[in-house]
Amino acid sequence: MTGTQIRNAAPSATGLVAISEPAAETAEAAAPAVLAVASSGLTKRFGSGQVAVDHVDLAVPRGCVYGFLGPNGSGKTTTIRMLLGLAFPTSGRTEVLGVPMPSGAVQVLPRVGSLVEGPGFYPFLTGWDNLTRCDAADRTANPRTAAARIGEALDRVGLLAAVRKRYRHYSLGMKQRLGIAASLLAPRELIVLDEPTNGLDPQGTREVRALIRQIATEGVTVFVSSHLLGEVEQVCSHVGVMRAGRLVFQGPLEELRRTSAARIRVQTAEPAAAEAVLHRLGLADLQVSGHQVSAQLGEDSPERICTELVHAGVAVRDLGVVVPSLEELFVGLTGEGFDVHD
Amino acid sequence: MTKSVTAGRVPIRGWLRFFRSELRLVFGLRRNLWILAVAGAFPVLIGIGLRLATHQGNSGGPDGVAFISQLAGNGVFLSFIALTLLLTLVMPLAVGVAAGDSIAGEAGYGTLRTLLAVPAGRVRILSVKYASIVVFAVAVTFVVAGVALATGAALFPIGPVTLLSGTTVPLADGVVRLLLVALYVAAAMASFGAMGLAFSTLTEHSLGAIAALAILAVVSEVIDNVPQFAAVHPYLPTHWWNSFDALMRVPVDTGTLGRGLLSFGIYTLLWGSIAWARFGTADVTS
Repeated sequence: MTGTQIRNAAPSATGLVAISEPAAETAEAAAPAVLAVASSGLTKRFGSGQVAVDHVDLAVPRGCVYGFLGPNGSGKTTTIRMLLGLAFPTSGRTEVLGVPMPSGAVQVLPRVGSLVEGPGFYPFLTGWDNLTRCDAADRTANPRTAAARIGEALDRVGLLAAVRKRYRHYSLGMKQRLGIAASLLAPRELIVLDEPTNGLDPQGTREVRALIRQIATEGVTVFVSSHLLGEVEQVCSHVGVMRAGRLVFQGPLEELRRTSAARIRVQTAEPAAAEAVLHRLGLADLQVSGHQVSAQLGEDSPERICTELVHAGVAVRDLGVVVPSLEELFVGLTGEGFDVHD
Repeated sequence: MTKSVTAGRVPIRGWLRFFRSELRLVFGLRRNLWILAVAGAFPVLIGIGLRLATHQGNSGGPDGVAFISQLAGNGVFLSFIALTLLLTLVMPLAVGVAAGDSIAGEAGYGTLRTLLAVPAGRVRILSVKYASIVVFAVAVTFVVAGVALATGAALFPIGPVTLLSGTTVPLADGVVRLLLVALYVAAAMASFGAMGLAFSTLTEHSLGAIAALAILAVVSEVIDNVPQFAAVHPYLPTHWWNSFDALMRVPVDTGTLGRGLLSFGIYTLLWGSIAWARFGTADVTS
């Protein structure tokens, strides 16, 4: 698949204008922004000169589950670091829940739960003590409700049985789940999960997906990154696809599906004749390889094409309609493996 | 879900909660407890060594260390001897481990990104980290001085204290002076800790920060002992560490003490600013 399919559905310009009003200065007073995350021209150039993130315009609508997809090294984590104020952009603007980042980090981040580049906890502390530590660092957290909130968060990720176990002795899946629990310590409006299924077995992956679904039903916007489309496809309403630092697609998942034009494929001993018929019918993107002729189906019906072929005296061996899977589309957008640019 | 955000919370309460959590972390770490234990073992060893030496009739002990000659007559002096000897390497190293680990250790665990995303606030993290370094510096100093006082009392006679100026003051007066000496030394170690904090923001490997800190302390001490560099001596970070003997005179040499404390204050400000400038704008990529 080529650059012709790259489209940018970002209503980012309008989002940013709406957000930058002075009333948005105080978090409580701000009218809810339409976009949970909005960026324009977000760019990160490292000291080495490598451009990790190249003019990314994110537009994540409130209340959606946004799958942030791309192969490893495509700039997903660097983008997320900038969204959360961990790293500073070289240029471009970012707003999270209507508050400019990174200047508004302290103001807005209490409403944002996050898990960035794998869980980061003290190996010598128990799961419970690690979450207590996170909560103690949060100036907006109420110490009186800490125990209840920590218990509830651990319960939601199914870790209550392991609270007294040192983090060092957790399995990879338990570590990931503790990271998700930390993001659930307080009521959030946005949850950012960076590769939450990394290193998980299929069972664990399914549990994380169920958790994301559950969080989303509470009206929380979920921004989840993954290098595997299949892992998040079932829970996402929107996707953004990164390739080598650029956002090559963004929009509702349905829109990505629509870009996958169905093709008619004809097996015949007379490919030249078949091609002539398809050409006469006005089908686009004709391709001939060996005994196979294919073209974009467009608005035509396969029945009519079949009839036309037979009337023209073309001996048809096989005729079918092929719709590329989402996975094929994804690979088309991001490139095959080993396509990481340094 | 429980409501966690309380409008108008007192910021200092939140800071104190974070600080208590930090203290639990610092003093819950087995390595730091070992450091305190080892620092406390040194005065005992020094006391036993000097006790054996005086028993054999010679004045013994390292040459050039003040108070050695008075020890045989009064165990209180073991505290001053221990502080003098341990200030050259053991105490700076102990404080350096805690200080060098402060930010770099969090970066190494990956907990720095967790804290920043909470958000703990960059300046708030630095202030909590430095406050806990100061507490650790005070703890190291008081463990050394306290254990030395107890050891001295056990191994040597205890009585009125003859000061460096020749005046003899009652034992209680001497202990108060020891307390002031310990506070002065703690201030020296706290300013050294600020340097450790700054180094710690430059790396995600604690060991690198700690090693750099130890090397700097030794270099400063070496230069301080080369007479040809006399012009720069007062500006060296370690130069005023041992000036606490100013408290052992009547009247107290406040000029020297003041210059020492000024040096500690300026170095704390300098390194604190460097830490802030670095950590306030650095990408956290660990």
